[in-house]
This record gives sequence, C-alpha cells and structure tokens, in this order.
Amino acid sequence: MTQIPASLRYSSTHEWVAPRDAGRYRVGITDHAQELLGDVVYVEMPQLGQEVRAEGACGVVESVKAASDLYTPLSGKIVAVNEALNDNPQWLNEAPYDKGWIFEIEAEESEYAKLLDAAAYEKSIAG
Amino acid sequence: MTAALQRTALYDWHLAQGARMSPFAGWEMPLHYGSQLQEHQAVRQNAGIFDVSHMRPLDISGPDARALLRRALANDVARLDREPGRALYTCMLQEDGGILDDLIVYFLAPERYRVVLNAAGAGADTAYLRQLAAGKAVSFQPRDDWGILACQGPRAVELVAGVLGLAELAALRSFRSLSAGTDLFIARTGYTGEDGVEILTSNAALPALADALVAAGLRPAGLAARDSLRLEAGLNLYGQDMGPEDSPDRSHLGWTVDLRDPERQFIGRAAVEAERRVGPRQRLWGLLLPRDAIPRAGYRVVDTAGQPVGRVQSGSFAPSLGQGIALARLDAAIGSDSSVFLQIRQRQVPARVVEPPFWRHGRAVYPTQEGVPQ
Repeated sequence: MTQIPASLRYSSTHEWVAPRDAGRYRVGITDHAQELLGDVVYVEMPQLGQEVRAEGACGVVESVKAASDLYTPLSGKIVAVNEALNDNPQWLNEAPYDKGWIFEIEAEESEYAKLLDAAAYEKSIAG
Repeated sequence: MTAALQRTALYDWHLAQGARMSPFAGWEMPLHYGSQLQEHQAVRQNAGIFDVSHMRPLDISGPDARALLRRALANDVARLDREPGRALYTCMLQEDGGILDDLIVYFLAPERYRVVLNAAGAGADTAYLRQLAAGKAVSFQPRDDWGILACQGPRAVELVAGVLGLAELAALRSFRSLSAGTDLFIARTGYTGEDGVEILTSNAALPALADALVAAGLRPAGLAARDSLRLEAGLNLYGQDMGPEDSPDRSHLGWTVDLRDPERQFIGRAAVEAERRVGPRQRLWGLLLPRDAIPRAGYRVVDTAGQPVGRVQSGSFAPSLGQGIALARLDAAIGSDSSVFLQIRQRQVPARVVEPPFWRHGRAVYPTQEGVPQ
C-alpha cells in the first residue's frame, strides 16, 4: 500500500514537506510519486542558495524511462540538498520519506500551513 | 478507454504476480512487477519471462505462399528453403521504401510459413497481405487461439527445456524453431540481446506454463524492462525508431534488405535501389552519454556550431551500462568520429556516436571508461 505519513504535509504535485528547525522545511517526493516514476536513476537537484517560487519547477527526477519535473511546494531559498542522492538515486524508491529527501528550503510558515494534510492528499490521489 | 483495451490470456496471472498494468498498442500489458531494474538484471544474469501475447502469429500457407512473401518482404524467404524451422527478421516496405512494419517469418514446411506481427500493425498487416494475395493460392490463419511467452537470459533455454521436458532445445540454433505437437511452437529468437526462446502455445495452456516457468526460476519481467533490454541490444522498436517515413537504410536495417536475386521484384525494391544510388540522407546511430544525461525521445542533437543534426528516437538510462543511451536519426554527414551534443533541457552534453548495439554476448560493446565522453 502507498504510504502517506500523517506527520507530513503534501502538494498536489506529489511532494511531501516536513518542518525542521524554525522556518526550515525538508522536501521530497511521495511514495505514490516514486511508484508512478518507477526506478529512479538520477536526480537533478536545485542549486544551494537558489531562490524558488512555490509550484515552480526546481529540478528533475529521471527514472529509467522518463524525466519528470520536480516542483517546490514552498517559496524561499534552498539551504540544503541531499548530495548523497548523486550516488544513491534509488533511495527515492527505497525510502522516499527518509534517506530519499531531496532539498531543504527556508520558507514562511503561513505557506506551509496551506499545504494538504495526509487525509486530503490521500483523497487527491484516490480520484 | 480502458474498456476497449484487449487483454492477453495471462491478464489475471499478471495481477496475481503484482504487475503494474499499462496500455500498450491497444492492449493492457504488464509494465513491471515492482522494479524494472531488477527485472532487467534478472534477464541479463539469469532468466526472465515476458508475456508478449500482444504480438500476433499469422499462418500463411498454400502453393503461392512463398511467392507472396518474396514479393511482400524486403528480406528473402528463399534463404529459408534449405531447412524447415529456419527464421529471418525482415521489414515489409511500401512502394516508396518506407517501412510498413517489421516482423519475423518462420519457414514451417514447404508452402507453410508463420509470421509474428507487431501488436499495433497486426490487423492492417493481415488485411494488406490478404489483398496482395488476391486471386492467388494462399490461405491465412490468424492464430488468435495462441499467446506468446518470451523466455530470455543466459539460463533461459536450460530452464525452459527442463519445464517442457524438451532436451532437444539445447541444440536448437539461433533463428531456428521447432514444433512439438499441434499447440506448441518454440523459436530461438528474442528481443533482449540475450539467448532465449519464444514459446507460442494455446491461450488455455499459458497460465500453467507461466507458473511452471516461474517455479523453475524465471522471473516475470514487464514491457519496461523489455524496452531497456532491447535498446541496449540496439534493436529497433517499430513506431519509435522507424515508421512509414523511414527506409531501412535510414534505420540501420540495410542488412535486412536482400537484393541478391535481380529477378525478385519485392515491394519497395526500386525505392531502396534509388536511395542506394545517392546514399541515404540520414542514418540511425547509437549515442552514449554520461550517467547524468539521460536522452529521451524527441531530444535534439546538435553539432559543435549548435546546428541541429538530428533527433533521438529512443532513449533511456541503460541499466547494464550505468549511463544514458539512445538511438538517434542523424544527418548523413555525421559519423562515429563526429563531435555532437545532446540538448537536454538547458544543457548541451557531449555525446559519443557509435554503431549499435551497446550490449552483446553478455558484455558492453563500448566499455564505460571510453564510452563516456569527457
């Protein structure tokens, strides 16, 4: 079954968001997204320090067969990227909510609060 | 949409095996059973089974069957005369030399042939051949009562021989086939670049056979792995790498056109000969790319001046090679010593132009250290 941890928030484009320290959020793709993509072989991540706007494309996830845009659910500055994915892109499949995180962003709490909760995300992918 | 898709006799079997199903050429087929990469590696290292029942066998027989196929096909079925069981790969061309479809034809016995047609073209191809045969002594029998299991990988033949109790399979040579009873036909052919067989048998027998093969150690593999395997093996996919606009010489398939018998006026011959007189304006080449530059169909290829010189037809990450590979149709001026670049989003990445295949006889044709452009 697709996992949708209740502790996270979600975007309609299948990213998850987890609050870290104050004003800092970790982002990855959902279990549902990695199932759709199939085996991930390369992740083109955003640049450290890059300013991004919510719902804008900020990277690419390449599976064996297809390239899919990665969207940021929040506006702000990229403050960390998961460099380990360069050597372990399969972590997006194996542990999408854990080792497979993609980037961290400094953003406004008010934007975070507007994201989908687990129940709403589950409903959005059921339809 | 979904209701209109056809299902093979193994549809329920696929679901029980955990398949993710996907529409393909009018059929609902297994894309993968969890991991395309693991299925790909299973075929390279051990053995996998693919349901390819969307491909359609058509039996063609009668006193004029041989003459019909010598006219309809660009390769020459006269090559098969020496021995029943022989098979060959061929294109079926339009008068203008464009490729109508590609197929394998098997010589069963004098006046009896079997072709296996691509899913998308099977209906049109059959109608076309019937029309070509009008007034001739040829009969057609589409084998809708049969499905096809492709068993591929270095251990596939040994495992299949055990399951079927057919020790003689070990001695069956490449592009040879045998019939074992009225409802079992086995050919040493495939679409993965590995050794293996394709088993044609009745729909009713397929689920039990698939179960027995899995129990013997063959891993179910889906269309996704089939695609990455065939691309590594440099095997074209009809509708992707070539179509009605493309001649064999523009599709790295010139070797399949047999011009040796000057009397044989097969359809498309004049166009092929005319193109050979001036040389094809494009050719299909392989491209090798670094791991972080995965080519996709439609990506542009440019020269050092940034001018377009062609486009990617098929592209993927190559699991056995750990890098990006593509089949690309490039201008005739481009060759294996040319410097070209793949346009990937905002980047231009140097690509190495090579002759397909990328993978052969269990190893990389172009070892990685020299394959990845610096």
